[in-house]
Amino acid sequence: MTGTMGFTLLAFCLPFIGALVAPFLTRLLGHNAAWPLALIPFAVFLHFLGFNADVADGRIVTGGYMWVPSYNVSFSWLIDGLSLTFLLLISGIGTLIVLYAGGYLKGHKHQGRFFSFILMFMGSMLGLVASDSFLMLFVFWELTSITSFLLIGFDHAREASRRAALQALIVTGGGGLFLLAGLLLLWDVTDVTQFSLLMSFGPEVRASPFYLAILFLMLGGAFTKSAQFPFHFWLPNAMEAPTPVSAYLHSATMVKAGVYLLMRLNPVMGATPAWETILPAFGGLTLLVGSVLAIRQTDLKLMLAYTTVASLGLLVMLTGFGSEHAIAAAALYLVAHSLFKGALFMVAGLIDHETGTRDVTKLGGLRRAMPITFLAALVAALSMGGLPPFFGFLAKEEIYAALAGGNARAIAFTSAAVIGNALMFAVAFAVALKPFLGNAVATPKQAHEGPALLWIGPVLLAVTGLAIGIFSGLAHALMTSPLASAISGTAQTVTISAVPHAGIALYLSLLTVAIGVAVFLKLNAARGAADRLIEDIGWGPDRGFDQAMRGLVRFSTRVARFTQPGLMEIYMTATFVVVALALLVPPAVYGEWPRAPVWPADMPFHELAVMVLAALGIAAVLMARNRLTAIVALGIQGFCVAMLFLLFGAPDLAFTQFMIETLSVVILALAMTRLKLTPRDHRPLREKIPDAVIAIACGLGFALFLLRVTQARFDTALTDFFNLYSKTIAHGANVVNVIIVDFRGTDTLGEIAVVMVTGLAILSLIRVRKGRRA
Amino acid sequence: MNTLIFRTVAPFLTALMVLFSLFVLLRGHNEPGGGFIGGLIAVSALAIFGIANGILAVRRALWFHPMAISAFGLFIACLAGLMSIFFAVPFMTGLWITPVILGVEIPLSSVMLFDTGVYLVVVGSITSIALALEAGDDA
Repeated sequence: MTGTMGFTLLAFCLPFIGALVAPFLTRLLGHNAAWPLALIPFAVFLHFLGFNADVADGRIVTGGYMWVPSYNVSFSWLIDGLSLTFLLLISGIGTLIVLYAGGYLKGHKHQGRFFSFILMFMGSMLGLVASDSFLMLFVFWELTSITSFLLIGFDHAREASRRAALQALIVTGGGGLFLLAGLLLLWDVTDVTQFSLLMSFGPEVRASPFYLAILFLMLGGAFTKSAQFPFHFWLPNAMEAPTPVSAYLHSATMVKAGVYLLMRLNPVMGATPAWETILPAFGGLTLLVGSVLAIRQTDLKLMLAYTTVASLGLLVMLTGFGSEHAIAAAALYLVAHSLFKGALFMVAGLIDHETGTRDVTKLGGLRRAMPITFLAALVAALSMGGLPPFFGFLAKEEIYAALAGGNARAIAFTSAAVIGNALMFAVAFAVALKPFLGNAVATPKQAHEGPALLWIGPVLLAVTGLAIGIFSGLAHALMTSPLASAISGTAQTVTISAVPHAGIALYLSLLTVAIGVAVFLKLNAARGAADRLIEDIGWGPDRGFDQAMRGLVRFSTRVARFTQPGLMEIYMTATFVVVALALLVPPAVYGEWPRAPVWPADMPFHELAVMVLAALGIAAVLMARNRLTAIVALGIQGFCVAMLFLLFGAPDLAFTQFMIETLSVVILALAMTRLKLTPRDHRPLREKIPDAVIAIACGLGFALFLLRVTQARFDTALTDFFNLYSKTIAHGANVVNVIIVDFRGTDTLGEIAVVMVTGLAILSLIRVRKGRRA
Repeated sequence: MNTLIFRTVAPFLTALMVLFSLFVLLRGHNEPGGGFIGGLIAVSALAIFGIANGILAVRRALWFHPMAISAFGLFIACLAGLMSIFFAVPFMTGLWITPVILGVEIPLSSVMLFDTGVYLVVVGSITSIALALEAGDDA
């Protein structure tokens, strides 16, 4: 078993190792590096395929390594029907994407970097869906956000891609913070840090007073990642990325992470009124918004991107609908969507790559030039449109069977699903038919069939969709039934097959197809209508995002200007006011003032003399004609205090105080000469008074504080310990020094590190000023 | 301040003070003193030298950049702590040997090494600040 565990760990690390090698391999082999690099996800795919037998039998495979046992933090994975499906999708589609990227970015000067990014993303995504530990989930979740930032911004010379990358990072990364807070709350409520253990805490979580808070936070994470309305805007913008990224991250994998999270939590948090209201409501809304926006587009990739938004909405709606059929439908649709949408995105990229445009109104008649692409597009679109015997048909039948019902809720969601599906049907065929049928149109590049690297991916994905549709029994046993079981938390059996059965589901399917065909035929009119609708609304979350960002920047600028005005005077005043408050407020609030000290009856003359001298030093500071004299006079007081230390038996302290006083006079004097201040303080008295008040408050605060400390009962345990052991254990008679270098040596190590870093900081500050003056 | 007498005396004074600072450093384990105080004394010595003969003279005399001295101090302080690895005791445990050199028993310890590190960090950091402040236009 340990061997398997080692291999599984290796499978998680392999993509990252590949990311390290990819740039070198690409320099060596050019775009053909795709072939060896594709072996990495393929090996991962084969490894996880080995778990299939176990998982199909309903077992859950867990494994991992303890990381911080004291906090119960581990690197551990959980492989059940849900994670296994995702793992296979990620590694399987990942294999095809690496090949596709090899052809798509052939000759690009940063192709090696691209391979590296996409493999890094793959590793993060694999880790995300297999995480058993909360912390690991969060880390990988954020890693997918970061790698997707790199991928969207791959073409970093263009402003649009930089903006899209930043937007995706802010939205999904911000959502990640919600997720973290939610996971911490879950940890707090259940005291477990692993999903495999969390599963038995469903009733506790649902009954917890924090349930709504956890739900809200988790949805914040899931909805941003899975582009649910109103956070859907980043996904179409992310189409700025090269097409392999769109096909991989923004259809098949990353955007499903939010859906994954909801499915993972469904057994624990589902089946409550809040869950079954919020999820379907937002999901349904996203479905409608996404499909209407998709109709409006003319760019192939944007059309697909908005249907992805719609599909994600459909998945969220099904996950939260609250019936076993809905869960089965979600499971089917999840897999079907990854296959057909991945394929269609790659087709869109292929068309773009070979013709130089992806505007659907400027394309036509490509069926002769690109027959293989046409075939792949057609098969994928048939699945997306939900026609038998394709996989999409199974999913759609199951969706309608799950949703259809007599009550108002069922009717509302059924009609949302019918409208959404019909519009997606129209878009699917607009993508798959419009560019290929009709008369040949002149395109920026002379169109011809792309190389094998480019069409192998879409063809394989499309054919898989068909094969699953035909051999549905086998697919259900191996994949969809365990998947549905994992989502619902109880054993489920999916039975739907590609043979149409008369029933409400079939009638709804026919209705969908009918509406879809009608919209397809009148696509230009529909596009105009959708356009007008959006223009009438005028404002969208995308613009809202910009406004929010501008507001944030303006707010930050204001805060920075307020707190960092750059005036030394204000910094000093603020610092000392805080010191005075910190010393004076707590005793005032808690009534802990010191008792008035008793004047000692037999004070020796020399002690009194030193104290008088100190007072004279202060007087000299106040009387001094110029600043330099004042600084030196301040030294008098310091030396007197050092004398007092010496008189009261603290030679080490006195010694240090002497040196500190000397050096601070020297350094202050040097600093003063550099500040180019006037030699004297010319301010009128009324401007000096506030400073005097603050100074006196600070001094008084320290005096009272020290008095109070010395009046408290002194615990001598430490003194006794050090006195007893200093000589015997640490071989030193000077207790102070022994404490510094031996008993508390690690503290000292930290302190001298601080001294050095401070020195460096001051040095660089001095140099910065010098540079500015030069 | 820049009298002939001061300029003549300063190098001797500095040398004596540095010597004294080493004395203070080494006796620190049993008598008042130690790395921190010793370091401060050495800095004062260098400050005096700097005021009398200019910072270039100080830089030449130090040979290394003061910040490098500071970093080296931190380095040997860490080494002193890490030595315990080889004796399977926790980090920063004091280790002692007492070799007999020329008939005299001399106790040496990782603690002393650590204190020397403290001394060098203090000397380096504060000298480098003082020198940078003192320097007119060149660093």
